[in-house]
Amino acid sequence: MLAHLPILQVIVPLLAAPFCLILRRALLVWLFALIVSGSAFLISITLLQQVLASGTISYDLGGWSPPWGIEYRIDKLSAYLLLIISAISTVVLLAARISIQKEIPADRHTLFYILYLLSLAGMLGIIATGDIFNVFVFLEISSLSAYSLIALGKDRRALWASYQYLIMGTIGATFILISIGLMYQMTGTLNMEDLSRRLPEVAQTRTLFAAFAFFIVGVCLKLAMFPLHLWLPNAYSYAPSIVTAFLAATATKVAIYLLIRFTFSVFGISFSFTALPLQTIFLLLGLLGIFVASTAAIYQENVKHLFAYSSIAQIGYMIVGYSIGTTTGLMATLLHLFNHALMKSALFLALGAVIYRIGSAQLSAFQGLGRQMPFTMAAIVVGGLSLIGVPLTVGFVSKWYLILATIENGWWPVAVLILLGSLLAIVYVWRIVETAYFKEPAASIGQVKEAPLAFLVPVWVLVAANIYFGIDTRLSIQVAQAASQSLFGVAP
Amino acid sequence: MILGLYNYWIVIVLMMIGFYIMIAHGNLIKKIIGLNIFQTSVFIFYITIGKVDGGTAPILADGITRYSNPLPHVLILTAIVVGIATTALALALAVRIKEVYGSVEESEIQEKDNQKC
Amino acid sequence: MKDLFAVVMLSGIYSLLTASFFVAMDAVDVAFTEASVGAGIFTLLMLTTITMTGRYERAARHKPTLALAVVLATGGLLIYGTLDMPYFGDPQAAAHLHVAPRYIHDSMQEIGVPNIVTSVLASYRAFDTLGEVVVIFTAGIGVLALLSVARRPEDDAEINSVNDSMHEQHLILRIVTKILIPFILLFALYVQFHGDFGPGGGFQAGMIFTAAIILYAMLFGLSTARRVISQPLIRLLTAIGVLIFGGVGVVSLLNGGNFLDYNVLSDDPVAGQHLGILLI
Repeated sequence: MLAHLPILQVIVPLLAAPFCLILRRALLVWLFALIVSGSAFLISITLLQQVLASGTISYDLGGWSPPWGIEYRIDKLSAYLLLIISAISTVVLLAARISIQKEIPADRHTLFYILYLLSLAGMLGIIATGDIFNVFVFLEISSLSAYSLIALGKDRRALWASYQYLIMGTIGATFILISIGLMYQMTGTLNMEDLSRRLPEVAQTRTLFAAFAFFIVGVCLKLAMFPLHLWLPNAYSYAPSIVTAFLAATATKVAIYLLIRFTFSVFGISFSFTALPLQTIFLLLGLLGIFVASTAAIYQENVKHLFAYSSIAQIGYMIVGYSIGTTTGLMATLLHLFNHALMKSALFLALGAVIYRIGSAQLSAFQGLGRQMPFTMAAIVVGGLSLIGVPLTVGFVSKWYLILATIENGWWPVAVLILLGSLLAIVYVWRIVETAYFKEPAASIGQVKEAPLAFLVPVWVLVAANIYFGIDTRLSIQVAQAASQSLFGVAP
Repeated sequence: MILGLYNYWIVIVLMMIGFYIMIAHGNLIKKIIGLNIFQTSVFIFYITIGKVDGGTAPILADGITRYSNPLPHVLILTAIVVGIATTALALALAVRIKEVYGSVEESEIQEKDNQKC
Repeated sequence: MKDLFAVVMLSGIYSLLTASFFVAMDAVDVAFTEASVGAGIFTLLMLTTITMTGRYERAARHKPTLALAVVLATGGLLIYGTLDMPYFGDPQAAAHLHVAPRYIHDSMQEIGVPNIVTSVLASYRAFDTLGEVVVIFTAGIGVLALLSVARRPEDDAEINSVNDSMHEQHLILRIVTKILIPFILLFALYVQFHGDFGPGGGFQAGMIFTAAIILYAMLFGLSTARRVISQPLIRLLTAIGVLIFGGVGVVSLLNGGNFLDYNVLSDDPVAGQHLGILLI
């Protein structure tokens, strides 16, 4: 069975989804979804071990050898991402049952889990596959389910946000489709491995240049990179809390993965970094993203909005790390990917707990919550510290490596700017802390109880992970380093 | 040289019409139609890639040796389905938006949201 | 054009033209799908939607300059990209030399189905097809989650009354449709079973089925259609459809082969067909 793990990773949640329709009872479906997600997690752990021990795994679907059939290809980078996504999904699902009771009408609970599983399967599929057209198909599975998940939000603005996301996302996907078509036209293959061998022959053509540009723009739309981020704040804010926690931690990560995978493994580093002034553009946009989004975050009255903007800023950090174009820089990006997934899922889940109790995410409603929901608020504080990058949290580790990478390259101003960006993070996190701990609760709210255990357990699992990986950095660093080295090593 | 590429250019013009409708129009339904045109033109582009001069449809038969490339056809079959799925979802969203906002015009929806905030 | 009805009709015609263009390009399967999906399903879905959202577009107040600039930039980039492309129809183009020849030369021995598109779709790239089935399933679930539960009883009554008045007016249409539908269904069955040899196959057949059902629903009112085809049944069918397809893969996996390693095609059109039905 071990040999079939790559396909099982994707196919288990994929097939479990329709099976949920037969189960029908929401509780059963929840348990089932939890088991499925958990087993996906176990599979990803095994896969990571296998990859670390024996190198890249390739799996031919349908028994046709690539490039004729579709290949699944798990290398260190993809195993690492599979692990992050399935882990976050499992922990978030733990809290899902109780959270959606208040946010989604009861008759749609089953559908919610189905969409959730499909979204998970879609993302895992994107990561595992080694075929560019297959990427497109799974991209659509994950995005279609993400649109519907967001539209399930209680607020009517959720619908509008979802619609905007749909339009932007589809433009992005179609751009990627055009790019795939151009690449196919020039090389006659769809397999990534095969492409990376055949693309250099046509590297000088204008067609390939166009393909590359389309791909970058398409992915950046999905990524919500700075100038193309407009869909993200609303989509995150009005979606049900669980959905936000899940998507914020995973969806943009998958887009980053695609960016890295295509630029490094398919187009090849030498092409990617010379065809366009990509480094400069990304560096500038990344830094601008950090500052604009952090500043916007400071002025938000809704905490969900606040963290959504902070997500855009964090994506900025990843882009900066990526644009440095060295092993350390890429490693910082990969670390931040992992760390940001941990902190944002913890934060949004804790927010979900707050919304569960007080029914609002307005900052004004947070007054005095520090005393009334001590554990939840403590979780938010730790998450916030991690966002800032305080030592002993994961946020520190990735920022440390990011700054290290910039200094290695002699980009002092960039390092300073990154630190300045962190200062902005202090400001917006402090606003929450101030309201929650130093303001008297508004009289009208009355007594608010601590969040139920079903929330606290997953939240604190994530918070503990935040601290654990902040102190014991061996595992995450080792994997991220191995992944980024192999990316630089393999490519010509 | 120009003649050899004319087909692509027509496709590109179509593509851009669809794309323009998508981003410039305020009506949600119109946007979806634009999306559809955009995607369909991408499909035409793929099929264009697959065409071989003097080839026939890729169904094996005696006495024919040159076929058009079947692979783009397969891809587009998949992509058409994906496209219609997206359209269906977008339309469902538009219907719901109409239900709760009472309008499918972008500007009006934005106005109503601003009032509420 | 402010009248959405006209716009929808035009886009339907556009789809049909595209389909005939596909035939000219030797892509009969694709043409088939485009005609049934683009001209059929899409137009029907659109019409259903505009009956619910209103027919006329408000006078536009948008600022087109930015959009125009973006569009021109994109178009310019694409044209720039075409300059190095192989010429249209050139048999020496890279796309025709690398992977495709194997499909053309060997698929008869390896799969045993004369329609190359079918064999690539169902075997070489079966996983894409599974993905496509799942996409439809996802969209179906999404639509269900958005629409099915939200409707309150009053709304239903309202829609019914609207429907009723519409039906009075369209007596001729109704009769014509009634006569047509059996033929459409028959044709769908034909396409389904003929798929191995001629163009067509499970999915297109499912689509034609769906078109017939939507047509029915539009003209006779949703409530009647619901009575004819019960919703739980559809759900069950869909789930089973996806599971059958996946199941084939799992079975072959248990037998020691790789996923989706099968030599029998018969199962997969069935899945497509069930899924097509879901779209209502």
